[in-house]
Amino acid sequence: MSFLSRVVAWFADPANWTGSGGIPTRLLEHLQISGESVAIAGVIALPIGIGLGHYGRFGALALNVSNVGRALPSFGILVIAFQVFGLGNLPVILALTALAIPPMVTNSYVGMREVDPDIKEAARGMGYRELAQLFRVELPLAVPLVMAGIRTSAVQVVATATLAAIIAGGGLGRYIIDGYGQQVYTEVFAGALLVALLALATEFSLAGLERVLVPRGIRLLRAPIGQRATTFKSA
Amino acid sequence: MSLFLDIVDPWINWDWLSTHVPLILSALQDHVTLTAIAVVGGLVISLPLGVFAHQYVAARNPVLTMSGILYTIPSLALFSFLVPYTGLSGLTAEIGLISYTVLILVRNVLVGLEAVPPDVLDAADGMGYRPLARLLTVELPLALPAIFAGVRIATVTTIGLVSITALIGIGGLGQLIYRGQIENFHTPLVVGVVLSIALAFVADLSLAGVQRLAVPWSRSA
Repeated sequence: MSFLSRVVAWFADPANWTGSGGIPTRLLEHLQISGESVAIAGVIALPIGIGLGHYGRFGALALNVSNVGRALPSFGILVIAFQVFGLGNLPVILALTALAIPPMVTNSYVGMREVDPDIKEAARGMGYRELAQLFRVELPLAVPLVMAGIRTSAVQVVATATLAAIIAGGGLGRYIIDGYGQQVYTEVFAGALLVALLALATEFSLAGLERVLVPRGIRLLRAPIGQRATTFKSA
Repeated sequence: MSLFLDIVDPWINWDWLSTHVPLILSALQDHVTLTAIAVVGGLVISLPLGVFAHQYVAARNPVLTMSGILYTIPSLALFSFLVPYTGLSGLTAEIGLISYTVLILVRNVLVGLEAVPPDVLDAADGMGYRPLARLLTVELPLALPAIFAGVRIATVTTIGLVSITALIGIGGLGQLIYRGQIENFHTPLVVGVVLSIALAFVADLSLAGVQRLAVPWSRSA
């Protein structure tokens, strides 16, 4: 039996679809860890990026945080979190949150900075107060880049969550890490396929969400959807 | 590590550190080599690919989309796809790492070439430049600042990713990190993480210095 047909056989085996080690359970674990990390990171990073962009302060910090984030070895950060906090989801979520913050800060900062100053002045002239201007004029215009930050972070968190299996975490990475441990490369390959599909699905579904969230007027004005202010890859 | 069972493992064990300097240096050297091959290899592929995508507009979006999809695939998954064919080897690691540098670099080559002002191109044509000479002596030099920015991002990103290749038996400083995890021994872990971050900053700063000297027409960035 060829390698790829053994991979197909792995997917066809009902044992891999049930129980605590089954694909549905592992997928849910993966989604839960990733979702929680992205949500926490968003609550921290988006107000910072949007606020700094609105007031135009600490621009160098908002831009350089991505460069610092890039320099962090995700694998090492996860292992350190494990050594400090021990078993469980807490170290994984802390490490993933830390890695998810920089792209969100940078992209939302750039998105807010790129709002045309004339538009801000017009909003002020029409009598918008500071907060109304921020939420009803600037933020809708910044949605494409704010979403780009969320998308970049989410894809990287899904990718990095794979490494959680190294520190005894759950998720789809278990198949890859256990497969390597037992030198069962069909399982490694199957796990890799699942992780890659999940990352692509995250990318495309968030791009779809972006399309829905971008106000219609801007969609006509600025064609490129799927743009990012920075490339970012942590795993 | 039974020696350490009766005491709390400190974050840095100086005795271990002082007796393992050669091991640490060779891990650091591996890390630098793996990164250099990935960035140089990526550049060798991206320069022609970027020029091609710039010259043939029909190729632009397919090239960006393909490399974008490749970039989205988690590195551990990409390495694992290759292992059945290229084994647990440096080749597997480099194919994966180069794939990622290519996206960053192709994009920046394109951005750089597309930012060359049309007036400059007209002037070059008017002066009698042939297409190849115009590309090599006018367009690429003007695109160099953007290409350099890409090289810096690619280098820092790769330094972060190399550690993951420890899982397929390569890893550079990742070997120290992995060892720290397997043996529950903090010192190699801390050394690996700290050196990896330090290497990223040193590489970024030295590339910025090289850029300042080699491409003085870069805007200060």
